[in-house]
Amino acid sequence: MASNRKYWKSVEELNENSSIVASLEENEFNEGQAPESFLGDKETLESSNTTRRDFLKYVGFTTAAASLAACEGPVVKSIPYVVKPEEVTPGIANYYASTIADGFDFANVLVKTKEGRPVFILPNKEAKGTTNARVNASVLSLYDSLRLKGPKVKGNTASWSDVNSKISSQLKALSEAGEKIVFLTGTLASPSTQALIAEFAAKYNNVSHVVYDAISESAALDAFEEVYGERALPNYKLEDAKTIVSIGADFLGDWQGGGFEAGYAAGRDVKAGKFSRHIQVESNYSLTGANADKRIVLKPSEQIYALINLYNEITGQRLASKKTPVDADIKKAALQLKKAGNKAVVVTGIQNKNAQLLALAINQALQSEILDTTNVKYVRGGNDAEVAKLVAELKTGKVGALITYNTNPVYTLTNAADFKAGLKKTKLTVGFSSKEDETLSEMQYALPTPSYLEAWGDVKITANQYSLTQPTIKPLFDTKQFQDCLLAWTDQSIAYYDYLAAFAKENALNGASWNQTLHDGFTTVAATALSAQEINVAEAAKALKSTVKTGAFELTLYSSVAIGDGQQANNPWLQELPDPLTRAAWDNYLLMSQADANELGFTNPVKDNGAINGQYAKITVNGVVIDNVPVLIQPGQAKGTLGLSYGYGKTKAMKEEMLVGVNAYAVNFSGALIAKVENAGGKHLFACEQLQHTIAGRHDILRETSLSEYQHGHAEEWNPRPEVSLKHEETDVTKVDLWDDHDRSIGHHFNLSIDLTSCTGCGSCVIACHAENNVPVVGKHEVRVGRDMHWLRIDRYYTSVGDLETDNKKVNSASSLDSAELYQKLETPETVNPQVAFQPVMCQHCNHAPCETVCPVAATSHGRQGQNQMAYNRCVGTRYCANNCPYRVRRFNWFKYNNNDEFDFNMNDDLGKMVLNPDVVVRSRGVMEKCSMCIQMTQATILEAKKEGRPVDVNEFSTACSSACATGSIQFGDINNPEDEVTALRKDKRAYRLLEFIGTDNNVVYQTKIRNTNEA
Amino acid sequence: MKIVNLHRKLSGVLKLSLVLFFSFSLSLSAQAPTEEQAKAGKALFNMHCASCHKLNKKSTGPALAGVAERREMDWLKAWIKNNNKLRASGDADAKAIYEEYGGVAMSVFEFLSDKQIEDIIAYTTLGDAKKSATAVSDAHAVDVDSTPNEVLPKIATIVVVLVLLALGGYVFLKSNNGFLKIVSIIILVFVGVYFGFGALMDVGVDEGYQPVQPIAFSHKIHAGDNKIDCQYCHSSAKHSKTSGIPSVNVCMNCHKNISEVSEETVVHFENKTLTKADLDKEIQKVYDAAGWDADNLAYTGETKPVKWVRIHNLPDFAYFNHSQHVTVAGVKCQKCHGPVEEMEELYQYSPLTMGWCIDCHKETEVNIEGNGYYKKIHEQLSEKYGVEKVTIAQLGGKECGKCHY
Repeated sequence: MASNRKYWKSVEELNENSSIVASLEENEFNEGQAPESFLGDKETLESSNTTRRDFLKYVGFTTAAASLAACEGPVVKSIPYVVKPEEVTPGIANYYASTIADGFDFANVLVKTKEGRPVFILPNKEAKGTTNARVNASVLSLYDSLRLKGPKVKGNTASWSDVNSKISSQLKALSEAGEKIVFLTGTLASPSTQALIAEFAAKYNNVSHVVYDAISESAALDAFEEVYGERALPNYKLEDAKTIVSIGADFLGDWQGGGFEAGYAAGRDVKAGKFSRHIQVESNYSLTGANADKRIVLKPSEQIYALINLYNEITGQRLASKKTPVDADIKKAALQLKKAGNKAVVVTGIQNKNAQLLALAINQALQSEILDTTNVKYVRGGNDAEVAKLVAELKTGKVGALITYNTNPVYTLTNAADFKAGLKKTKLTVGFSSKEDETLSEMQYALPTPSYLEAWGDVKITANQYSLTQPTIKPLFDTKQFQDCLLAWTDQSIAYYDYLAAFAKENALNGASWNQTLHDGFTTVAATALSAQEINVAEAAKALKSTVKTGAFELTLYSSVAIGDGQQANNPWLQELPDPLTRAAWDNYLLMSQADANELGFTNPVKDNGAINGQYAKITVNGVVIDNVPVLIQPGQAKGTLGLSYGYGKTKAMKEEMLVGVNAYAVNFSGALIAKVENAGGKHLFACEQLQHTIAGRHDILRETSLSEYQHGHAEEWNPRPEVSLKHEETDVTKVDLWDDHDRSIGHHFNLSIDLTSCTGCGSCVIACHAENNVPVVGKHEVRVGRDMHWLRIDRYYTSVGDLETDNKKVNSASSLDSAELYQKLETPETVNPQVAFQPVMCQHCNHAPCETVCPVAATSHGRQGQNQMAYNRCVGTRYCANNCPYRVRRFNWFKYNNNDEFDFNMNDDLGKMVLNPDVVVRSRGVMEKCSMCIQMTQATILEAKKEGRPVDVNEFSTACSSACATGSIQFGDINNPEDEVTALRKDKRAYRLLEFIGTDNNVVYQTKIRNTNEA
Repeated sequence: MKIVNLHRKLSGVLKLSLVLFFSFSLSLSAQAPTEEQAKAGKALFNMHCASCHKLNKKSTGPALAGVAERREMDWLKAWIKNNNKLRASGDADAKAIYEEYGGVAMSVFEFLSDKQIEDIIAYTTLGDAKKSATAVSDAHAVDVDSTPNEVLPKIATIVVVLVLLALGGYVFLKSNNGFLKIVSIIILVFVGVYFGFGALMDVGVDEGYQPVQPIAFSHKIHAGDNKIDCQYCHSSAKHSKTSGIPSVNVCMNCHKNISEVSEETVVHFENKTLTKADLDKEIQKVYDAAGWDADNLAYTGETKPVKWVRIHNLPDFAYFNHSQHVTVAGVKCQKCHGPVEEMEELYQYSPLTMGWCIDCHKETEVNIEGNGYYKKIHEQLSEKYGVEKVTIAQLGGKECGKCHY
């Protein structure tokens, strides 16, 4: 049956009396200021000392001056190389396989360089690499103008040779005196660096190496180590899973290092005939919860009982536990897990070793083949106990030398004050980082390291892959790799590159050639399955139960999709990436349920222009207070719980505009977090786009159906073809046309298909689009008022969880077919746990584009290849096109976003401009811009084929978004090529187009979202 | 002015070369080489020797002027034919030369006959002093008759303007005919709009733009006289969107051996006439940029990139790709850049306006021969339009988005 689901983007839409929603739907541009508001004020006008005559004089003069200045073109210098490097041809991109490993994000990538500058990061698909938003944005962090540009000793600049010899001699003296030398690093996952540290430890006395993850996975590592004997994280083959139950694990986010989305999507591929059932139990609304088939809202304290109950249900044991409100659902989940047998898997994000042991025990009881203990992951290695011990030792002055690398403990430690005090008592403190961050500014030696794009390295992300990092640009600053310094301190006079090559040949390559491995970016190595030890479940459950703490509010800290652990917080692309769930950018905030907000008096009033305000809260956890945390009401947040993201509130090496949010690490205590919340009032201005770019009240733009409907129902019912009345007969909309159609059967006809089932909403495509198309960053205020420049936005829709039948009953009971009434009937503000669906929306490239017909200067026109083209130089900025666009995908350059101090982001400094794609123009003020379907990329592909004198290969075309998509949700291709993947997708029974009934004949196709609603 | 300057410089050169000529003829030995021999020798020298030897200057090999005085003819013949053999035979002189020039063996020229070698030596003895006399008259001829063509239209313009002024003065000052005044005003407005519009349309159109370049580089000498292929230097034109200004190491491929121009070379640059003395300095600029020490024949490592002034400036919002036109379409460089091989000082030949691009796209038929990419598309298109060949515009080459993104 056809879905009657109603979707909403903001709670405000459910408010019957809100006039704002209607006005936002009707007006494309809401910022308009009525002339009366400034002209009507007679007093102001008269008090002005600019007379009308003066005004006209200025206008005349500036016009004349501007025209005169335009007559003479500037003299442009062209400076060729003196000796051109063999592999560089100006204008031709080079690609290098490399690997990012910054301690938080690990990925096999391809780096696209233009004239020796990295400009774009792609996933290395041969190595099964996937890139998230932060990895895509890491190319801009390379050009961060606030990087540390040379070594510093106690705040004064110094030379490397001086620094190294001083540190060497100090280390030697400390070693002879028997003082402790400690390395504190983030997760390295680098075999050669670990070998170097081992060599260092052999040369000096009393050396230890402490690994510290800011967002700890210590509990999972401890549990896995206890059972399987290796300090690693298990892998999960989600592509084969039939039932996935997650208790508080945001595995499509950064849980245990992330990277599961590709497997997850592969396991939910209706065409391949498999579709896992995913049940998510959580308190915050996470990305994983948003993708789940069933989301169960539960407080963290009750999640612990739910985990024990699940174990009991599966094994039939009776471990002591407690009832939770969702026991019936847990029981059903257990049945489904048992039914799936060894294709079932349970994961948990509860940061407790015993909880992790219990999850492993459940998987063992299920004999899960999804749990992979062969190809284990090394992307987290932190040990909380050792870190705590180190801080205690520092505080008592027991450490002689501390060397930090890839970590920022002064910012991320809860007891940062103790750490800082400890540093004062330590004789030698050396910090390696690319920024003079919170930690480095406290160190005696602040030593700059290059970005991974300027450095050599090796990474072991998982057990069966050995990956290499290679420089793709000459170091921009006077930096040195940590490894080179280690070599200098151990009196080895070779460069790290030589060391690495020799190390790899001896230990890792296993006969594979160095050059080939470097070319591919990785080589496959053998990995052996780890055997399990007995798990003492009873004891684990007992210990786990004892950790349960309850209080008024249970706080869960989470890593946000955009900022992660915060090391790229000075990256404007990431700051401007809206959170997939809240749609807020440039901030972190306290997430709260509507019910709690009502009780405490928090509201999120919506302004006329769609901007959202909020009040501040003061939260206290374990006696630590965080002031001024703005509160954002999150539908689907468990009552009595709060959420707050890491990564914000950094203070050092940050541009002013990026100094946003509060530091959640301050309350990142281990164990359950019980918070006290007070309403501190005030007014916070969110940069949150929930209502802007709405599609004018047309609420049926998203289609979803259940797996059983898809398998057994008729496509006409769950994906009906829109019909219009032609001569009083219902006719398929594609048969009726106001326009004469162009013949597109010759040459290429590009189509983009977006599968709503496999789109996880991760935002990787948004950043890829930024990088490829020189999309400007506009800053917090502009985003707030809905003037963001994202060519590609990911809409997030809420809908109530009612099944389709109940919805239909409700519709039938309605007194009239008035859509407003239906809407109110189906969706109520009390909705405790709405479902979420994501929908990426970019220019739909209509074959019958409404924008094209209204442009007075024909700046936007249609290409035969299906692309709606935008000639920026022709645009005069009437904005008619945006007004006439049903999809609200056109973006107007309200300001000049480059070389403008008002927008002090990457386009305002010489370094940041190096990331610009030279094949795409930077738009100026007053012109409209929008998605071009990456015409520069399709043209380049065509040219390549022409030059080689061959037809374009199947699936050779791509766009920035399609190449960045980890799950393959976005597919791009030529529908005139019958073998192209997108040709079949266009005709798929799940395929539909946005607002097809208006007859715009879009070239972007969506695939109906499918949820596995089978409860048994 | 120009011509007078040229005269002075050239007569100086003439005197110098005469002195040189006579000093050479004084040292003639018993079997005096003849002019004829020297002429044949010069051709051979240029073909086989000039890449490593110069007459008066050390290059890869020693300077050869007057080599007959320094070496016996038999030794020279043996050395030229096969210097390896001569060295192997233990000849001390041969070894010494080999050592002096860094152990770089000279090529073997066993195919040269004794007569030919004698001719070459004759040329090294006599040199090519006589040539410059003809150069003077040539250079003279070029610049003489440019005046009448320029003056005539100027005079005509002045006459027309004077007549118009007189008419205007009559109409507005003397005449009382209102109708005439109104008609004149209307005509004036139309003329004003016509020329004003034309002037405004020319804003930003830099046809003929000829900026001052840091090096007096003559495309005529390189691409014209020496017939160097355009894409030898502008090698990225066939691969990339930019044609590429050659990096200095490409210049050095030849200029490592060519440190001076021949005596008679003259280049007109920035309204000046440059002769050998000036032009050799220009070559020195290349050496400075590359860090080439011409005396020691070694790179110093101190480089100084050349800051050329860009002539063809497309605005950022227009995307142009050389390889599409050069490699795929096979368009000759001259089609857009004009007779570069005749330009001593390069200038912008085409207007580079959008209309100019579009005109060509409308007229030009796509070169589809043997290109697998076009095969299917062309079949379909020629069926649709019923034509044998399709133009670029019919293939979509007139769409905005093909160049603006």
